[in-house]
Amino acid sequence: MSDDKQTGDWAVEANGLVKVYGKERAVDGVDLRIRKGAVYGFLGPNGAGKTTTIRMLATLIRPDAGSARIFGHSLADEGAAIRSRISLTGQYASIDEDLTGMENLVLIARLMGYTTRQAKARASELLAAFGLENAAKRQVKKYSGGMRRRIDVAASIVVTPDLLFLDEPTTGLDPRSRNQVWDIIRTLVAAGTTVLLTTQYLEEADQLADRIAVIHQGKIIAEGTSSELKASVGSGTLNVQLLNSEDQLRATEILQNKLGVSVFVGSDSVSLSAQAKDASLVAEALGELARAKITVSDFSLGRPSLDEVFLTLTGQVVSEEPDAEEESS
Amino acid sequence: MTGQAKQNNSNHKEEQLLRAIASGNRPKPPNALSSTMAFAQRALLRIKHVPEQMFDVTVFPIIFLLMFTYLFGGAIAGSTGEYLQFLLPGILVMTVAQITMYTGIDLNNDIRKGIFDRFRTLPIWLPSALVGALLVDVIRYSLASAIMIALGLALGFRPEGGVMGVLGAVLLILVFSFSLSWIWTALGLVVRSEKSLMMVSFMVLFPLTFVSNVFVDPATLPSWLRGFVEINPISILATAVRGLMHGNATWGEIAWVFVVSAILVILFAPLTMYLYRNKE
Repeated sequence: MSDDKQTGDWAVEANGLVKVYGKERAVDGVDLRIRKGAVYGFLGPNGAGKTTTIRMLATLIRPDAGSARIFGHSLADEGAAIRSRISLTGQYASIDEDLTGMENLVLIARLMGYTTRQAKARASELLAAFGLENAAKRQVKKYSGGMRRRIDVAASIVVTPDLLFLDEPTTGLDPRSRNQVWDIIRTLVAAGTTVLLTTQYLEEADQLADRIAVIHQGKIIAEGTSSELKASVGSGTLNVQLLNSEDQLRATEILQNKLGVSVFVGSDSVSLSAQAKDASLVAEALGELARAKITVSDFSLGRPSLDEVFLTLTGQVVSEEPDAEEESS
Repeated sequence: MTGQAKQNNSNHKEEQLLRAIASGNRPKPPNALSSTMAFAQRALLRIKHVPEQMFDVTVFPIIFLLMFTYLFGGAIAGSTGEYLQFLLPGILVMTVAQITMYTGIDLNNDIRKGIFDRFRTLPIWLPSALVGALLVDVIRYSLASAIMIALGLALGFRPEGGVMGVLGAVLLILVFSFSLSWIWTALGLVVRSEKSLMMVSFMVLFPLTFVSNVFVDPATLPSWLRGFVEINPISILATAVRGLMHGNATWGEIAWVFVVSAILVILFAPLTMYLYRNKE
């Protein structure tokens, strides 16, 4: 990419981005480095500041403090240059629901600078590539959730962007549609587009992202590859199934003492889980349970999942419910 | 489908997608005219898909004209036929002025639905999104005017200014309405919900259209009210439109409409664009 200023390998470099809404620091000093061609995952619960950060990087809102460069272009002064390299697929359908799929893509293509004829050809090509050729003449409001998401992504790549922002691309989709969107993202990356995606699904970040930033209350609290993040929380999680729920209190106490961490009790009150720093402590803890005549029906020591990473980092359970009220301004 | 066929199919899809991605070269950004036309086309397509939105420029004017002619005609002018000569130009001004507020509501909807974000990340001349929509609104206003005038003629409206006078009057209304729309686009960017936007718009429009010379001769009003009526932009427009339709307009009356329109655009178009660019 010869027109880049001397930026080396970075698609995004952000330093100390801050956005304040009233008293709330929605984004509170975010630093970011995203390598060209990478998929970068922004992981966090609702209201963590993911959308606000993306909207700042996409030139939609001005940061209250901090600076950023997108392909070397300054966010503060070169908005137009940045807009010609990026594309944004927002959290809500960012197309006209009253128009058909075809009309929407033609509109975007014309706004990109295609002639009407080129725009129609491009729209047909994209509809076919996204498996929407049969829905071309249907109003988008009659599309299913998965189709809507696909037309949304299609609208974002009418001109293939160098950097694509995807804000919660699969929230609310069924597994099959989700997989389709994942395949599209993988194909885009294979073709050279850099992707910054936000998600509250840990599995999604794990599946797609080369690097992940865990964001919580406007701050990045951990950053790295998925394996680095997992390694940072120790050897894994000990899961213990008790035979009798009466033993739960005693068992919890024993595990807490032996492992030196807090123990989470499942809703069935017989499954306990705790982070384990090393495997020998786990053996001791299990021995102690046996000596206390607590019957364990099953146990396992698993590699930590990103869920557990999140739990360890924030001390909070990730909300799985998509919440439409996040940062909608 | 066999497993093999499925595999082939998915490979085929992926290739198709890769090809589509590879061929998404960036053309030269559109000039202001083509992006404005693209947005105008969007507005036309919306009319095609949501024809209900034409109610305000078809049914609304008919009801207004019938209602006010027969409600006030006898009381104010002694006869409905007489009153129509006075009322029609004014009620045309009032109806079109009230329809302009839907421009703000459409913009407000775009913002809340998210498509607005997409437009703002495109490399286009930013005002084209609004100008394109406003151009189609001008078509809507023309339709409303045509319907009202046709109905008026059927009811006994006889403009002495002839065809040219009527056309000139409609043209003047369109210029004014286009200018007035910028107030609603600015409001549409500030006000949070469609409901509150409707309320604010009505609060401005109701006094503006009723406390004017649309229905009554200002000479019958108390002097403090007459002062307001005489500087009310709606009165200024209604006077010029009435004059043109009846063939006795002065250049001064017409010039004032252009002055008022220019002031509206100079104040509210830059304000709208400032709000548009900096919307959070």
